[in-house]
Amino acid sequence: MIHSLFLVNASGDIFLEKHWKSVVSRSVCDYFFEALERATEPENVPPVIPTPHHYLINVLRHRIYFVAVIQSEVPPLFVIEFLHRVVDTFQDYFGVCTEAAIKDNVVVVYELLEEMLDNGFPLATESNILKELIKPPTILRTVVNTITGSTNVGEQLPTGQLSVVPWRRTGVKYTNNEAYFDVVEEIDAIIDKSGSTITAEIQGVVDACVKLTGMPDLTLSFMNPRLLDDVSFHPCVRFKRWEAERILSFIPPDGNFRLLSYHVSSQNLVAIPVYVKHNISFREGSSQGRFELTLGPKQTMGKAVESVLVSSQLPRGVLNANLNASQGTYTFDPVTKLLSWDVGKINPQKLPSLKGSVSLQTGASKPDENPTINIQFKIQQLAISGLKVNRLDMYGEKYKPFKGIKYMTKAGKFQVRT
Amino acid sequence: MLGMSANSVSYNDQGSVESGVDAAQENSNISSGGSGGAAFSLFSADCKKNEDLKEMLENSKESLKLEAMKRIVGLIAKGKNASELFPAVVKNVASKNIELKKLVYVYLVRYAEEQQDLALLSISTFQRALKDPNQLIRASALRVLSSIRVPIIVPIMMLAIKESSTDLSPYVRKTAAHAIQKLYSLDPDQKEHLIEVIEKLLKDKSTLVAGSVVMAFEEVCPDRIDLIHKNYRKLCNMLVDVEEWGQVVIIHMLTRYARTQFVSPWREDAVFDENNEKTFYDSEEERRVDESKPYIMDPDHRLLLRNTKPLLQSRNTAVVMAVSQLYWHLAPKHEISIVTKSLVRLLRSHREVQYVVLQNIATMSIQRKGMFEPFMKSFYVRSTDATHIKTLKLEILTNLANEANISTILREFQTYVKSQDKAFAAATIQAIGRCATDISEVTDTCLNGLVLLLSNRDETVVAESVVVIKKLLQTQPSQHSDIIKHMAKLFDNITVPMARASILWLMGEYCEHVPKIAPDVLRKMAKTFTSEEDIVKLQIVNLAAKLYLTNSKQTKLLTQYILNLGKYDQNYDIRDRTRFIRQLIVPNEKSGALSKYARRILMAPKPAPVLQSAFKDRDRFQLGTLSHSLNSHATGYLELSNWPSVAPDQSVRNVEVVEPVKEALAPALGKSKRAKSDEKFYSGSEEEEEEEEEEEGSSSEDSSSSSGESESGSKSEENSDDSNKSSSSQSEKSSSESDTDKKKTQKNKKLQQQKPASKDRKLKNGKAANDESRSGSESDTESSSSESSSESGSESELDSNSDSGTDQKRKTKSKTVQSKPVTKLAEKKEVSLLDLDDFSPVPVTTPKSSILSPSLLSDLQGLSLSPGASALQASSPVFVPETSHELLHRMTGKGLSAQYRFTRQPCIYGNSMVSLQLTLSNNSEQALENIHISEKSSRRTKHPPLQRYRAFGAAGVSNSVHGCGLQ
Repeated sequence: MIHSLFLVNASGDIFLEKHWKSVVSRSVCDYFFEALERATEPENVPPVIPTPHHYLINVLRHRIYFVAVIQSEVPPLFVIEFLHRVVDTFQDYFGVCTEAAIKDNVVVVYELLEEMLDNGFPLATESNILKELIKPPTILRTVVNTITGSTNVGEQLPTGQLSVVPWRRTGVKYTNNEAYFDVVEEIDAIIDKSGSTITAEIQGVVDACVKLTGMPDLTLSFMNPRLLDDVSFHPCVRFKRWEAERILSFIPPDGNFRLLSYHVSSQNLVAIPVYVKHNISFREGSSQGRFELTLGPKQTMGKAVESVLVSSQLPRGVLNANLNASQGTYTFDPVTKLLSWDVGKINPQKLPSLKGSVSLQTGASKPDENPTINIQFKIQQLAISGLKVNRLDMYGEKYKPFKGIKYMTKAGKFQVRT
Repeated sequence: MLGMSANSVSYNDQGSVESGVDAAQENSNISSGGSGGAAFSLFSADCKKNEDLKEMLENSKESLKLEAMKRIVGLIAKGKNASELFPAVVKNVASKNIELKKLVYVYLVRYAEEQQDLALLSISTFQRALKDPNQLIRASALRVLSSIRVPIIVPIMMLAIKESSTDLSPYVRKTAAHAIQKLYSLDPDQKEHLIEVIEKLLKDKSTLVAGSVVMAFEEVCPDRIDLIHKNYRKLCNMLVDVEEWGQVVIIHMLTRYARTQFVSPWREDAVFDENNEKTFYDSEEERRVDESKPYIMDPDHRLLLRNTKPLLQSRNTAVVMAVSQLYWHLAPKHEISIVTKSLVRLLRSHREVQYVVLQNIATMSIQRKGMFEPFMKSFYVRSTDATHIKTLKLEILTNLANEANISTILREFQTYVKSQDKAFAAATIQAIGRCATDISEVTDTCLNGLVLLLSNRDETVVAESVVVIKKLLQTQPSQHSDIIKHMAKLFDNITVPMARASILWLMGEYCEHVPKIAPDVLRKMAKTFTSEEDIVKLQIVNLAAKLYLTNSKQTKLLTQYILNLGKYDQNYDIRDRTRFIRQLIVPNEKSGALSKYARRILMAPKPAPVLQSAFKDRDRFQLGTLSHSLNSHATGYLELSNWPSVAPDQSVRNVEVVEPVKEALAPALGKSKRAKSDEKFYSGSEEEEEEEEEEEGSSSEDSSSSSGESESGSKSEENSDDSNKSSSSQSEKSSSESDTDKKKTQKNKKLQQQKPASKDRKLKNGKAANDESRSGSESDTESSSSESSSESGSESELDSNSDSGTDQKRKTKSKTVQSKPVTKLAEKKEVSLLDLDDFSPVPVTTPKSSILSPSLLSDLQGLSLSPGASALQASSPVFVPETSHELLHRMTGKGLSAQYRFTRQPCIYGNSMVSLQLTLSNNSEQALENIHISEKSSRRTKHPPLQRYRAFGAAGVSNSVHGCGLQ
C-alpha cells in the first residue's frame, strides 16, 4: 500500500521523509515538483500523479504537501483519507500542523507514523489508541520526563485496540463530568446577479466534547430528525438504533470528536440570512471602475449576523482600489488582486457598505467578468435548518453529568455572482 | 556534552550549535553510504559529527542514549545518512527503556538492508521478545523482525509468522498477517507456506485480524478465490465491525469474489427478490416475461449487498467509495441509486477527495444519468474550486444534460464561459459543443451562442469557439453558410493558430457555400503565408488545393504561388504536403490517373467528429481504483471478471461445521437449521421420511427430530423405526435410572400427557453426569439445585403427574432445563407435522458464539451419547432467533456482560415456562469467580453456579446458561 511519505513545504523543499518498506529515493518527488510548477495555483496540483515506477498521491493541508508514494494498485481515496487522518492527528498532538511544529517534534512524528502504518497498511488511527501509545508532548511532561527519565511511550497495548469500542479507553476519570454538543450548520449557496438563489444547501455537523467518567452510554434525540436527509456517523453510533428509532445511541470517545455530519434535504427551502446589493462596473476606455457593495440581514430569525467577512478576487486588470468602508476595514492586495473586507457585525439599522472606485491598469481592456463575492458570517444560537436537540440521556453510570448544547450557523461556500 | 556542540545536523534546537561543515566529511560518507544512502550522502552529516553520537550511545546513561537516538531519528527523517552508526545503535536493541527501544527499531528497519551482517546481531533479541508475555512487545518484535529485509533470516521469519498466527492475542495475529506480505515481497518462493498461514488466518474470528489477512490475501494469492468460499459469509457478517481500513480492502476483495460466483442481476427480466418479498413481485413481473426463467438472486449475493449498505454512512470516504463501487458492480440496476446521496455527500470533503469522487461520478453519470440528475445543482461550479475540480464538474453536468434540463445547464454554462480561469472557460465551450451535438433541440441555440462568443475579447475563448463551431458545422454544413461567412470576417482578428487553421479548413471544405469569400481569404493567406504557424500553413495548402479543384479559374495562380512557397518551406511536413498536393491536382504526364480522382479524394464527404466524454472508456476499470483515476492499468490492478453465465456451485460457501471442537464432540446442528438452509445435503424425500416418522412415532417428535439432527450419530434409523424402542434404548444408555424410566416411558407412550415428562427425565439422566463435571464449584450447585428442585417438582407435577422426587433432583441439577415446549410441540405435531416455520426462516450462518451447553436435542435422543461421553459438549444454539437483548452492559458490569435471548427452544420444565438463554462473557482482564444469579420472587430462575470466567485476554470464552422463567 503506502510505500513512503514525503512532506514538502510551500517553497518546494522536502523536510521529512518516512519509508515503510524499502527506501525510495527522494528523487521520485521530481515528478511532483514538475506538476507543482505546471500548476498555476497550489491547489491545482493533481492529487494523483503517475510516474514510471510509482504513483504519487498528495494532499495539501496547511500549506504542506503530504506526498505518498504508491507502488501498486490501491484505492486512491484510501490513501487520501489516510493522509488527511495523519494531518488531523498531527493537529491533535501539536495544536497546529506547520512545518515548524513537525520539525520540533520530529521524534513524536516518527513514532506516530510508525504506529499508524505497518508495512503501508493502517494499524492504529484512532486518536485515543495513539495517545495511549505515544503521549502528546506537553511542556510539563517534557520537564517531568527529563527529571524522572520516564518516556512518552506506553508499555502496554492500549485497551481500546482489542475492545469492541476501540475509540474509548478504559479508566477515564473526571471530577467534573460534562458533555457539550455543538450543532454547527453551514450554508452553501450560489446567489446570482439578481439576488435569486441558484443553489443552496445546508450541511451540518454535531461536534461533541465529552468528558465523562467511566463508560457512559449516551442517547441523543432530535425534535425533528426527519430533517436529516443524509448522515454519516462516528463509528461509535449504533446504526441500527438510528434506522429504527432515529435516535443517536453511542458510547462516546473521550474528548473532542465529530459525532455526526448531516445534509439537510434539498427539498427544504433554505433561508438565506444575508443579502448583498452590488454595483460593480467598468466602463470601456476608462481606467476607472465603480465599486459599490452593501450588505444586509435577511431571514435571520431575529439573531445578529456576526463576524462577516467579504472577499472577492478582482480581475487581473485592476491596479488598485480606492474604497470607503462605512464599517470595518478593507484590504486590497495588488499582487493577488484579492479584496477582503472585514465587516464584523451587521447592524440592521445602519447597513454596512463599501463604496469607491477601482483603477485599472493603463491599456488594460475592460474585464469581461465581474468578480464573484465570497461571504463568511456566523450566527450564534441558531441552526438555520431548524434542527433541535430534544434530549440527552446517559445510561450506565451513576453520576449526573453537566450537559450543554450550542447552535451555530455559518456560511460555507457562500458565493454571490455579480 | 562537549561533543554535542560539534553536531550541526541536530534537529533539536536546544542542543544544536551550528558548526562549520568541512569538505572532508563528504568523502567519508560516500564511502560508507550503502545503496540507498549513497544518493543522500553528499548532503549528509559527516562521521566526525557522528562520533559524538557514537559516544553518547556507548555511554551508560540511558538519557544520553535516548538523546542520541532522537537525534539520529532526526537525521533519518531529513533523509540524511546515519548508517555508519549501525554498530553503536544495534547494541541498544535489548534496552529496557521502551522509547529507546522503539527508536532503535526505527533505525534498524531503515538501515538493516544495507548492513545485513550487523543486523543479524539483533535477531536473537527479537526471537526472545516473541515469547514475551506482553502482547505489545510480541507484536512489535514480530513487526521489526519481519521488516528487516535480510534474506538470510527468511526461515526465522517464516517460523515466527507461523507461531504468531496462532497467538492468543488477536493483535499479534494481526501483526502476523502484515508480516506475511513483508515476507512475500522479500522472498516470493515462500508463497505456498504463506498461503497456508493465510488460509488459517482467514478462519480467524477476530475483527481485528480480518482486514489485515484479506490484505495479505490480495497481495500474495488474489487468484486463490477458493480460500474465500468458506469464509465468505463470516466476512460479510463481521464486516460492519471491522476497522474502517480493513473494510475497504474486504469490500474490494468481495466485489471481485462476487463477480466470479454469482450470476448477473442485470438481466432485463430480473425479478426483484429480497426478504421473501418475491410473491409480491411475481404477480406483475413474472407473468410478463414468463418465457425466460426469472432471475432469483443468490442469498449470499443478497447478504453481501445488505451487509455493506450501512457502511454508506461511514465517516471514512474510502469506505463509502468502496461500497458505492460494490453496488455499481454487483447490485441490480434499480438498487444502485441508493449510493448517490452518499457520494454527493463526499463532495463536501477535502479537495483531493472531491477529485477522486467526481471522477467516479463522471464515469457513472455516462451510463446512468438518472442517478445524479436530482443532484445536478451539487455539481455547479464555484469560483473557488480548483481547476481540475471545475473541469470534472463540467464534465458531469454535460453528461447529465437532457432535453428537460438543458436550458438550466446552458444558463449555468454562460456564467462559466465568462470565468477568469481561461482554461476552464475553454472547457466550457467544449462542453457546450457536446451538449449541442447530443441534444438536437438545442443545436441551433448553442451554435448561435458560440457565434456570439466569436466576438469575445479573450482569444482562448474565441479560438475554442471556432474549433467547436467547426466540429458542429461538419454535422450540418449546408444550413450554416452565414456562420462560415461570419467566421471569415473574424479571421483577421483571430491569432490563435488552431482557430485560424479551423476556419481555413472550413473555408476549403465548404468553399461551394461561400464561393465569393473563399478565394479572397486565400489571397490574404498568400500574403501572410511565410509568417504563419505550421498548422496554419498546412491548412492554407489544403484550402488552395480545394479551391483549385472547384474554382480553378480564379485561384490557379494563387495556388501555384502558395505551392511554390510551400516547396521551400523550412518544415518538411509542409514541403511533403506541397509536393503531394501538386502531384495530385496539377495534371501532368506522370500523375495520370490519380489527378482524375483528385476531386473525389480531396472533397470526399467526411464523417463528422463525435464529441464525447473523456470518461467514455473509463468504465473498463473497476470504479474507485487507482487505474480508474489514471485511466491506465496500474501495476497490480486486478481485473473484474465478467459475470459467469451459470452460477458456480453455491454449496461451497456452506459451512457445515462451525468449530472443529464441535465437530468432534457435538452431534450435528439442529434439525431446523438443516431444514432451513442445507437442502443440498438432504434430499427432499429424506425429509419427508423424517416427517412421516415423526407422525407415526407415538412417543414424540423429539425422538425423531433428534434422529434427524444426529446425522452423525449412527443410530438414527433404528431410532426412527420405532420410537418406543428408541426411547427405551435411550434410557438404557442413560446411566443408572434406566429401569424405572423405561417403565415410565412405556406408560407415557400411551398417555400423551405424561410423555414429555418422561422424556425430560431421560434427558436429565444423561445430563446430570455432564453437569457434575462441568460445574466448577460444587457447593454452589448444591445450594441452587436444592432451591429449585422443590419448585420444579411442583411444576412438573401439574403437567404430568408422574415424576418421582429423585428424578427431579437430577433434573434441577442440569444446566439446561427445558420442558415446556416439548409438550407444546408434541401437541402441535398431532395436528400437523412439525412446524418448521416456528423457527426463524433466515439461514443462520452467522459465526455462532461458542456456547457451552449440553446440547439439548441430542440429549433428548440420547443415542449419540454413550455413558462415557459425559464430557463437555460445545454446541451452538442453532435455531435461535438472532436478536439478543442486553441485560448487563460490559461497562457497567466491570467487564462482565450479560445478554439474554429467547431461544424458542423447548423448555423442559413446564407448559408455562419459556427457555431463556443467558450469555455471560468476561471482557476484563481478570478472572471472575463466583457469579450468582439471584432469584427474584416472581420469577423463577434455574441456574447453576457459574464457573470461573477466564480473563478475556487469555481466551475470550463466552459461556451460556439456559434458564427458565415463568411466562
